[in-house]
Amino acid sequence: MAGIELKDVRKVYAGGVEAVKGVSLDVQDGHFVVLVGPSGCGKSTLLRMVAGLESITSGTIAIGGRTVNELEPAERDIAMVFQNYALYPHMTVRRNLEYGLRNRRIPSDEITRRVNEAAAILEIAPLLDRKPGQLSGGQRQRVAMGRAIVREPAAFLFDEPLSNLDAKLRVQMRAEIRSLQRRLGTTSLYVTHDQLEAMTLADQLVVLSAGHIEQAGSPMEIYERPATLFVATFIGSPAMNLLPIEPETASQLAGSSAVRDSLSVGTTIGIRPEHMRLVGDEGIQDDEIAADLVVTGVELVGAESYVYGVFGAQKAEIAVRVPGYRHFDGGTPIRAAAGATSLHRFDSKTGLRLDSPV
Amino acid sequence: MIERSPLGRPLAHLLLIVGILIVAFPIYYTFTASTQTIQTILRPPLPLTPGSEFANNYGEALFGGIGRIGGVGVGTLLFNTTVMALGVACGKIAISILSAFAIVFFRFPLRMVFFWLIFITLMLPVEVRILPTYKVMVDLGLIDTYAGLILPLIASATATLLFRQFFMTIPGELVEAARIDAAGPMRFFRDILLPLSKTNIAALFVILFIYGWTQYLWPLLVTNNNQMNTIVIALKKMVSFADADTPWHLVMVTAILAIVPPVLVVVLMQRWFVRGLVETEK
Amino acid sequence: MPRAVFPNRILPYALLAPQVAITLVFFYWPASQALYQSTLRQDPFGLKTRFVGLENFEAVLSDPSYLNAIETTLIFSLATAALAMALALLFASAAEKVIAGKGLYRTLMIWPYAVAPAVAGLLWLFMFNPTMGTFAYILRRSGIPWDPLLDGNQAMLLVIFAAAWKQISYNFLFFVAAMQSIPRSLIEAAAIDGARSTKRFWTIVFPLIAPTTFFLLVVNTVYAFFDTFGIIDAVTAGGPAKATETLVYKVYNDGFVNLDLGGSAAQSVILMAIVIALTAIQFRYVERKVHYG
Repeated sequence: MAGIELKDVRKVYAGGVEAVKGVSLDVQDGHFVVLVGPSGCGKSTLLRMVAGLESITSGTIAIGGRTVNELEPAERDIAMVFQNYALYPHMTVRRNLEYGLRNRRIPSDEITRRVNEAAAILEIAPLLDRKPGQLSGGQRQRVAMGRAIVREPAAFLFDEPLSNLDAKLRVQMRAEIRSLQRRLGTTSLYVTHDQLEAMTLADQLVVLSAGHIEQAGSPMEIYERPATLFVATFIGSPAMNLLPIEPETASQLAGSSAVRDSLSVGTTIGIRPEHMRLVGDEGIQDDEIAADLVVTGVELVGAESYVYGVFGAQKAEIAVRVPGYRHFDGGTPIRAAAGATSLHRFDSKTGLRLDSPV
Repeated sequence: MIERSPLGRPLAHLLLIVGILIVAFPIYYTFTASTQTIQTILRPPLPLTPGSEFANNYGEALFGGIGRIGGVGVGTLLFNTTVMALGVACGKIAISILSAFAIVFFRFPLRMVFFWLIFITLMLPVEVRILPTYKVMVDLGLIDTYAGLILPLIASATATLLFRQFFMTIPGELVEAARIDAAGPMRFFRDILLPLSKTNIAALFVILFIYGWTQYLWPLLVTNNNQMNTIVIALKKMVSFADADTPWHLVMVTAILAIVPPVLVVVLMQRWFVRGLVETEK
Repeated sequence: MPRAVFPNRILPYALLAPQVAITLVFFYWPASQALYQSTLRQDPFGLKTRFVGLENFEAVLSDPSYLNAIETTLIFSLATAALAMALALLFASAAEKVIAGKGLYRTLMIWPYAVAPAVAGLLWLFMFNPTMGTFAYILRRSGIPWDPLLDGNQAMLLVIFAAAWKQISYNFLFFVAAMQSIPRSLIEAAAIDGARSTKRFWTIVFPLIAPTTFFLLVVNTVYAFFDTFGIIDAVTAGGPAKATETLVYKVYNDGFVNLDLGGSAAQSVILMAIVIALTAIQFRYVERKVHYG
């Protein structure tokens, strides 16, 4: 077992496109690290550089303290699970699992032991004599996992392994991957564009955008203290409400004047929908600010609803989470409030976080 | 369900039966002739049912020598032709699959130059460069050799293009998975690419076997020695209308024996053949 | 993303070596020789060779027997292609209609593909030669002076029949494949619009298989140009009186029989130009096919 260490890793393609712009990252032994970001942010490229499938333009990658820049993928002691599984279609499941071991000249009784063990863990023993074409998507996914497990590598690399599955199976496999990784304790690097998947899987979350790391930290850290506007809107669904402060904004808000006075022009405040409430007869608390919205729609997601509205002359879109189901016709005026402690502040220009919520 | 005129389907069957008669009759006619005595053959009209000389004629052609073509038996001719057809088919498949492998699965300087170098040969059949090619064969001392029969015919791009097209449909992740599974290029070729190419190889094999078996101009030029003749060439050499000694019964037997092996290959491997045919022309 | 590849530097050259070597020795070397030879002329005794530029081409193109060969080739190719394609289309549209026995019909229909052109020519000669051919006998009995060994037109008919016969299978398979790829719903829509079977064929099916028809026209022409050498040589040897001498046959005859190396080489070069033109046409077709799906 081993950690993975990236130092100022860059990738520049032949055409001059810089896909990865100097990424440094320390993946601790046994941790499950998820790289998340929109498509084209360089997360897959980064993973493939760790795997040895893409060359490294500059910087170093070390696995288990050993620099692997010049090593073939097979020599890096990693195993990879691909988005389309990449199972060998003409081989049985058993042969698929064995292939990498045979090529490494591992004794056959050891191969049999490992394959049977992996098959038992993944509950694919009855499928061992079938070919990939005879398996369902979820079963193929398990076989792909099995191929990684039997190798007993220093690290697992996952390249969007769940995106070819339907929504229900995806949730189930997500949980299985997580518990499997806990059980084996193998260092894992996992790429996805799905922030929910990232949040639920990761020990450590790394948010990437345009080839660099926006923020790295535990999922809760990132959720509660997003370092940039990008992270604030990318993590969380529905996205965090943003309100750029303009000269007249403060006067359009209601509530605590101390809080309103602290809103300086050129900053943007962010409030998560669940930190907002609809103001009823009870009125606004002392440490709250409130905004008058015009309802544009209501979305029922089960135990709760999201009420969407626009605010003021800026027409800023605001979502408010309310428990249960509340109905409003479009155009209804409502008032929503949020406590001062739940405000996030960002510099509108640089996008950087300014301070912690008071 | 679309309406059909009541006569439509029987008419279609009738048409197809006429078609098959047109297609099969010349072969049947020759088969009938191959079971007659030479006297019957020379006195038209030929009976429409097989005669009594099947065993005699086929025995004589296969096991006795045929005087007109230097006393060589049809067995030798069949052997030569089989060697040539197999040589062309296997040779072309082997060199093509290797070069397509190189072009698709590697990046190296001059890759596209090599691709075009091979691709241009798609356009020119051996028939149009026959004389200079013949000279090359003489210079290399390949006249009357199997190598001489086979080699010039395997210099063509069709098979390479077919394999290239197929290889490009193989997902790149399979290559990457193999690299992570410690399979080098040649192991990948043997363990993954070859098994996946099985049906393509079978399809090409049928087409190229027929191509090799039915060659005419080239074997005519590079074989002087009767022992090296292919069956098609020998058949042509046996036929002479000016000459009263033409052993017509043996000519008919030889014609049938020249037809049967490739027809069997096509019919037995029909599934691959039809696929291969339609795909090589894409 | 660029295609996943192996990083080796030397291996690909080794893999390419066999094909490149064979292509160089048996293709580029002879082809360049043909080009070179086409600019040379030998004296009648074969002692001296001199450079004559394009004179061989001029000589070939102004030679009446070459012009005759062009005409012969055109007639032969077009007639062969038309006959082989018309028959194949007829049978293929019949095969579309039947349900029972489809596979059997196809199996029986593809035989001639496997018959060597020279052998195909001989089969037809067996049936139609005046000495022993049953059909020649029947024709003569009915008062038709049939002798393809002496009558140029009859010889031409015979080689056309033999050449077309051999090509029916190939065209049949392609037409069947093309018709099968026409969406069923289109035919049904036409039927709902009241088009009857024959009308459906000419207004829906035929236009939709036009790309295949065009492709087959090119392939059949190339076939008739080059692959029929065996038929011509076996049945008529270009005769009687050069009535069936096609361009390829003339290249062979002038080079190997008359030993006019420069002239034969010039003819080879002209033929190469024709093949390249035909291939280019075929490629445009392929491009179109890609465009229209």
